[in-house]
Amino acid sequence: MFDYNFHWRPVMKSLPDLLEAAMLTLQVAVLAMILGIVIGLCLALIRLHMRGPLLWLASTWVELARNTPALFQLFFFGFGLGSFGLHLSPYMIVLMGLTFNCAGYLAENFRGGFQAIPDTQIRASRSLGMNAWQAYTRIVIPQVFRIVYHPITNQMVWAVLMSSLGMLVGFRELSGETQFFASRTFRIFEYFAVTAVIYYVIVKLILGASRLLATRLFRY
Amino acid sequence: MIEIHDLHKYFGSLHVLKGIDLNVEKGEVLSVIGASGSGKSTLLYCINGLEPVQQGKVVVDGTDVHAKGTDINKLRQQLGMVFQQWNSFPHLTALENVALAPKIVKGKSKAEAREIAAQQLKHVGLGDKLDVYPSALSGGQQQRLAIARALAMEPEYMLFDEATSALDPELVGEVLETMRMLAEEGMTMICVTHEMGFARDVSDRVAFFHQGVMEEIGPPEQIFGNPQSEHTQKFLANVR
Repeated sequence: MFDYNFHWRPVMKSLPDLLEAAMLTLQVAVLAMILGIVIGLCLALIRLHMRGPLLWLASTWVELARNTPALFQLFFFGFGLGSFGLHLSPYMIVLMGLTFNCAGYLAENFRGGFQAIPDTQIRASRSLGMNAWQAYTRIVIPQVFRIVYHPITNQMVWAVLMSSLGMLVGFRELSGETQFFASRTFRIFEYFAVTAVIYYVIVKLILGASRLLATRLFRY
Repeated sequence: MIEIHDLHKYFGSLHVLKGIDLNVEKGEVLSVIGASGSGKSTLLYCINGLEPVQQGKVVVDGTDVHAKGTDINKLRQQLGMVFQQWNSFPHLTALENVALAPKIVKGKSKAEAREIAAQQLKHVGLGDKLDVYPSALSGGQQQRLAIARALAMEPEYMLFDEATSALDPELVGEVLETMRMLAEEGMTMICVTHEMGFARDVSDRVAFFHQGVMEEIGPPEQIFGNPQSEHTQKFLANVR
């Protein structure tokens, strides 16, 4: 009943192209994470400390990012903005979609992290003469960072995997590139099998690096 | 000198301090006793400006703590504080806990700050724990770490907020011993405490608080030997 013959040669021939695309995947995921961490931190602080339109904006951001399909968010930056005449490059669409999504999830992680630090830590800092900024940057944030470290790692993995949605808006990252070669050669199974391995290796490297970094960073 | 004039403090509609008048001289050790909720700890928080006040004022060495324009961060360097829940910084070693504020608040060099920190830790008997994280210290050790941390700012006054209340009984002694040592060195101290033995033996004066009012103040012999107020008598009868 299985009369399918595997042909791996075309995959191997385009392996350099796939690896190059993998670098693009990693690049867009890392950029999205860096932006996502900065924006997520701001969103979390706004939700914890502010009122008014900014609070509304931050809450809406978090709600939309977490409660709608990631693919739709990508489509919004692609076709959504496109229908208003704002045409972004596929790279920008994916970067913005990923950032939007990651910032929303990370904001909630950060919020939980901040709430886990007792007020008394701030009181103790202030009683020593530290100003609010010093208390936050020297005492609160380092402790929050440890709490959100592993959730951030998870989010990084998610960003790499989610970037594969990019092929649906015409972005030639790892999945897009795979799709491109697969449809030219009709070796669909072979191509996606190899690509799956590449994704797996990338994720494993991220997790390993994260674990190694953690043992250096957190000695308490 | 710490001068407190007609101090009122509200938490919402709750009237926690009802017109406190109190002066604490340089070199004096004042113990503040009273039931939970009598406003003792709140008084300390008002003295170093961690809590705003609604009426009256606190003046430390001529500076009004709650006045607009007072550099509260500078003033707090004069007012070391030790908390009931010692509040050590878990992400820093003992040495870093103590060295941080001298470095970033007082602008000491890193080497200088570490020098001061090592000295203070030795002073409270933690000279062999410099590179240990607080999680590896006992409650009593963490509280002594907190004392060293406050002392490293070279304050003129030390405020103790029930420094031994959260400790296991067998660890209370070492912290009281450290406080006693400071008193003997001439540090000006205000100690909110439930340790009647400490209040009697170490303080120059004892103040009894009842429902936001300072009912009675005087030398320990008077407060413990011959209390005037009915509430003081009742309180002391219960804690004995």
